[in-house]
Amino acid sequence: MTTETTQKRRERIDRGIKVRSESLYALNSFEEIAYLLTPRVLLIAAFVLMPLILSPWPYWGRVGLSVCILALLSISFDFLANYVGLVSLGGAFFYGVGGYMAAVLNTELGLPPVLSIPVATLLGAGFCTLALLPCLPLRGIYFAIVTLMYPLLMTRIIEAFDILGGTEGFRGIDGFSGFFTEQYGLILAMFIALFGLRRFVNMDGGLVIRAVKDNDQSVRASGISVTRTKAKAVFLASLTGCFAGAYYIHMYSNVGISSFALDLSIMPIAATIIGGAGTLVGPVLGAAILVPLSEFLRDFGSLRIVVYALVLTGFVVFRSEGLMNYMTRKYQQVERWVKI
Amino acid sequence: MFYDILVYGFIQSAALILMAFGFSLVYGVSRLPNFAHGAIYVFTGFIAWALFNTVGLPYWLSVLLSILASGGIGVLIYYVILRRVRGMEVSEVIATYAIGLVFLEGLRYAGFRGGTYTLPVASDGVSFIFDVPVDHQRVLLMILGFAMVALIWLLTKYTRMGRALKGMAQDERAAMMLGIDSDATAAVAVALGSMLAGVAALIIFPLGSLVVEEGYKVLIYAIAVCVVGGLGSWAGTVIAAFVLGYSQYMTVAYGKPHFQMVVMLLAIIATLIVRPSGFFGKQKQLEERV
Repeated sequence: MTTETTQKRRERIDRGIKVRSESLYALNSFEEIAYLLTPRVLLIAAFVLMPLILSPWPYWGRVGLSVCILALLSISFDFLANYVGLVSLGGAFFYGVGGYMAAVLNTELGLPPVLSIPVATLLGAGFCTLALLPCLPLRGIYFAIVTLMYPLLMTRIIEAFDILGGTEGFRGIDGFSGFFTEQYGLILAMFIALFGLRRFVNMDGGLVIRAVKDNDQSVRASGISVTRTKAKAVFLASLTGCFAGAYYIHMYSNVGISSFALDLSIMPIAATIIGGAGTLVGPVLGAAILVPLSEFLRDFGSLRIVVYALVLTGFVVFRSEGLMNYMTRKYQQVERWVKI
Repeated sequence: MFYDILVYGFIQSAALILMAFGFSLVYGVSRLPNFAHGAIYVFTGFIAWALFNTVGLPYWLSVLLSILASGGIGVLIYYVILRRVRGMEVSEVIATYAIGLVFLEGLRYAGFRGGTYTLPVASDGVSFIFDVPVDHQRVLLMILGFAMVALIWLLTKYTRMGRALKGMAQDERAAMMLGIDSDATAAVAVALGSMLAGVAALIIFPLGSLVVEEGYKVLIYAIAVCVVGGLGSWAGTVIAAFVLGYSQYMTVAYGKPHFQMVVMLLAIIATLIVRPSGFFGKQKQLEERV
């Protein structure tokens, strides 16, 4: 090549402090402890302080809770899609099943929220896992299509057979006893889901689940049942999703077929992709961006979905790594241009 | 009653072929799941409506222009979005679906809702087939439905472009080695698929009214037909359209109309569980399931 232009490439190197704080010796210095703790403490502090700050405005308190609900659904999507390799376009299925379970337990059997939510979460997750069990051998686009159909099918079945309250749904479900109970119950659950799953994916069980995503044939060759592993993962994801549904209907005291609505499948995907896929924290960040945004756009009706869909497309096509991956990279690495 | 079911089931099947053929073509040729299919369907209808009623063009011209516009949208969707995420199936699904949402919800926001928007029918007359009265729009639907399939079949059999499409479907690498431009061919496929969606819209919409919800319905119908027939298999698409069309008409005739959608959704789920490659799909089992 005789051209005079010098070509450059971007080089990324880990920051010194990142390398130093990787091992146990990070405990030797406050600087390194601070480096490790700051992002985690920021996240926890933000959510712990949120109810205190928002308590004078109950409306925005509810918005804060919607962030957590969406975060739970998105964590469930992210876990399934990026750790198990099952892309579920039907997050609303988990949510709706959890919601209806809790509604039935509360209105028909008279269980108080403190019982109906956990029981609905467990039963709902069991139901979702059983319902999805036949589709578990599918992968890629086939699983995506089949899961997209589940919530739609539930809506149509409830409409056509006029069961579970038909198009009306259930009303008069018990609410929570107080503002702070409602707030901290959900925030605690979100932390359990987030940190629990983050820990789980690095344990032995999680390792097998991740192996299913990377190379399911090798998992099979190791004598481990792929379908059983996937079923476990789906159970975990549907626990998270069903809890969100069960909690939400107790917040608003009613449930209807809108619990299976398409928005509830799309928003978690949008939150995950904007926040950063495969990080589990990213979805929380994405939810924290999307929900307030949607509140500001509430007056514009369906323009809201247009904005989401545009942002989602933009991120999928142009910035598929998402915010969290971008920020992690900036936090851990320095970039510079080097001549080649 | 028997002839009723025979004739109207046939019409329903032809409508399903029209709705699904574009989707099947795009997936069959370029392995691109175009989830914006339903949105393009509705959007073409609205373009035709706007050109005819707002701009005041003659109907035939607005039909022609709106079909061209749907092809244009297809090319744009391919070059702006799909090309960048090609090969990442899930991103393809999410990106095209999101773009579809933009179109549909954008139309809803622009105020196109309710049953006030209708396209004129080609002719008001009624013919009798086996003593069953059928209006001319439905006759046209039947004829065009099969004409489209025949036309596309001839296109892929006897034209250079069609053979390129077929080559891409069979083996993309080998086709590229023989000098077929992968991007251009895929763009042509998406454009053709979108135009087929547009044609379907312009034939089917005059039977009812233009509503945004139709977009979601058409997408599900198209997916149902393609999944049952086997994604990418053309003969399968036609056969599946008949099976589903008749079963749909029977559920409407003997049951509640609510069950129409349940039939489609159950068909998709059942097919994917039992035989994911569809009943006439050529893909190997191992490719899509463990």
